[in-house]
Amino acid sequence: MTEPTGRRRPTRVALFITCLGDAFYPQVGEATVRLLHRLGIAVDFPLGQTCCAQPAFNAGFHDQARLVAQRNLTLFADYEYVVVPSGSCTAMIRLFYPDLFAEAPQLHQQAESLAARTYELSEFLLNIVGTDDVGAAFAGKVAYHASCHLQRELGVTEAPRRLISRVAGVEACDAEMSEQCCGFGGTFAVKYPEISSAMLEKKIASLQRAGADTLVSCDAGCLMHIAGRLRRQGMDVRVMHVAELLNAGHNAEEPRHAPGN
Amino acid sequence: MHLGTEGFQDHARQALKDEPLQNALHLLTAEFVPRRVAAMQALGDPEALRTQARAVKEQAIAQLDTYLEQFADNLDKLGAHVHWAHDDAEARDIITSIAQQAGAKVIVKGKSMAAEEIHLNPHLEELGYEVLETDLGEYIIQLAEETPSHIIAPAIHKTRQQIAALLHDKLGDPYTEELTDMTQIARRALRQQFLRADVGITGVNFAIADTGSIVLVTNEGNGRLSSTLPRVHVALMGMEKIVPRLDDLPVMLKVLTNSATGQKISSYVTMITGPRRAHDLDGPEELHVVVMDNGRSNILASENREALYCLRCGACLNVCPIYQNIGGHAYGWVYPGPIGAVLTPLFTGLDTAKHLPRASTLCGACREACPVKINIPHMLLNLRRQSVSRGDASAGEGRLFSLWAWVMRHPGLYRLGLKLARLGQTPFARRGWLGKLPPPFHSWTQSRDFKAVAPQSFRDRWQATLQYEQPSRNGAGGGRHE
Repeated sequence: MTEPTGRRRPTRVALFITCLGDAFYPQVGEATVRLLHRLGIAVDFPLGQTCCAQPAFNAGFHDQARLVAQRNLTLFADYEYVVVPSGSCTAMIRLFYPDLFAEAPQLHQQAESLAARTYELSEFLLNIVGTDDVGAAFAGKVAYHASCHLQRELGVTEAPRRLISRVAGVEACDAEMSEQCCGFGGTFAVKYPEISSAMLEKKIASLQRAGADTLVSCDAGCLMHIAGRLRRQGMDVRVMHVAELLNAGHNAEEPRHAPGN
Repeated sequence: MHLGTEGFQDHARQALKDEPLQNALHLLTAEFVPRRVAAMQALGDPEALRTQARAVKEQAIAQLDTYLEQFADNLDKLGAHVHWAHDDAEARDIITSIAQQAGAKVIVKGKSMAAEEIHLNPHLEELGYEVLETDLGEYIIQLAEETPSHIIAPAIHKTRQQIAALLHDKLGDPYTEELTDMTQIARRALRQQFLRADVGITGVNFAIADTGSIVLVTNEGNGRLSSTLPRVHVALMGMEKIVPRLDDLPVMLKVLTNSATGQKISSYVTMITGPRRAHDLDGPEELHVVVMDNGRSNILASENREALYCLRCGACLNVCPIYQNIGGHAYGWVYPGPIGAVLTPLFTGLDTAKHLPRASTLCGACREACPVKINIPHMLLNLRRQSVSRGDASAGEGRLFSLWAWVMRHPGLYRLGLKLARLGQTPFARRGWLGKLPPPFHSWTQSRDFKAVAPQSFRDRWQATLQYEQPSRNGAGGGRHE
């Protein structure tokens, strides 16, 4: 999935911002919109959107998840591309929506269709837009955290790394545990806080060993989790979503050098 | 005895504070994981091998009845005895009566997770048999009166110092922390027992349908001794251990040993095809193969059928960030780690094991390491769904998700919710973060801050300004735009 496809370049996409992105990281959505605009791609934001339904789905509450997911089948029905700045929510739509509606043929068909049109941001840039250099500039020692659903459910491993490495001024420093889970896991972090925290400790120790001053990932969930601990410990490591990094040098409000911001 | 699965959270908490355990687990992660990765890569095309190995298991399990029958027929022709055990009690009874008829006093055992599953040792000991584990790790566990904490490295939770003290206390040899000396102490003790034993009990790594052979994979040769020295050999297997053909064995052995220990091949691979024949120089007079269902038929008929593909290599344990932090005992039953979180509820029911499928971030490292690509995270999701539909979740959680669904279906309410959260957090938020959350989310903030809801959500920004911004006209080329 690393070669650009022969399709024509997209000119318009719908943005699915995700609930975490909307409520906690609006600057990620803003960076995504401006990044896509710089690449000549128009962005629509269907205002009826809320959540992908993953929290309920992962907890086993499929009826509740279906109610929420079904709205997205309609909301995004008419877009050729749906871009999501999250590997986790993309995996929910691409892999699990078809499962959720397996019993209802018409909805299932809609779910399959949406699954085929939905892309996580970094894979969209590399595989659909066909670029690994989006003209961003950022000075820092950047470690990449590979979020679990992105790398293991969607199989997207190369796109974010390539995009990050082409940002002018970035010194990529490979944390030896970049593929290890940070312990977030949605409600897991609340239901099993001790195990979750132990996992997080190891993640952060590996960041320190790598000497990173900036951590970049494609999922706001992981970022919020890791940043929450960095902040609690008063550690001076910047935490950025990949969209912010890829729009760095162009952001209206550049990320400040503040702990866990 | 096992801790039991209901107290998972307490066991996990204790394990996290257990310093020797944490040191032992650290070694496991540091050694086993890179060894497996390097070994699999050295195979050239590990992906193709895993695909091939999975196909073998898929075929074996899809036509399990046919292959079991063929296996049994071949064993019969070879002069071996085949016993079918419906459940654990029946398996124990069968093995007990074999031991009785053999007039046994001393029984040696090769490592067997199936025997752990039916709690065979305590049963035989209660009946007065002297039962001796001969795998070094199992022997240590037996001396310590514990249960295995890992599928292939049963004593992995013990440090070298703990084992040195144990050997000194139980066997009376002078205290030593030298690995070779410690091994010699155990070896001397075990060798004598092999010669005294009347019955040898082993597990089975592969049961080959078209030849009636059973295959044992060990590194200490104890499986070979247990299956050849005593007059009677009893091999206990779960019925999923079948592979259709002898020709399937090379690929299965390759993925098993490389995944388990990072070895190209284990020190000993023993293929047993029937009991001793007239012209054989050694081997047991009697060979009994006990084929056990014990819940496997139910798994076969369920959506979680692929749990039966498991080779018990332990690779999923080693890469699992949960197992790496809490070890095997916290899981509370025979099979720990990711595959245990699937197998335990399937074998023992969700009543007591409902924690196990939930105690996972669904990170998928297990599936990536699995030599037969078992989709463990998706089975954990299946089990969570089953668990909720049978009413295991708390009423509070159910109400919370129903409320959540109602809000998420009404963007106006969702927006109102954000507004209320913003108002509610105002007195507590400091520079965009919260140090404390109310129940049921307070456990997050025990060790981490939580992000405050942003003053302006993305949709606010979109409506205020972003929707009026236009894409750049010359942007279609990608690349730099400074």
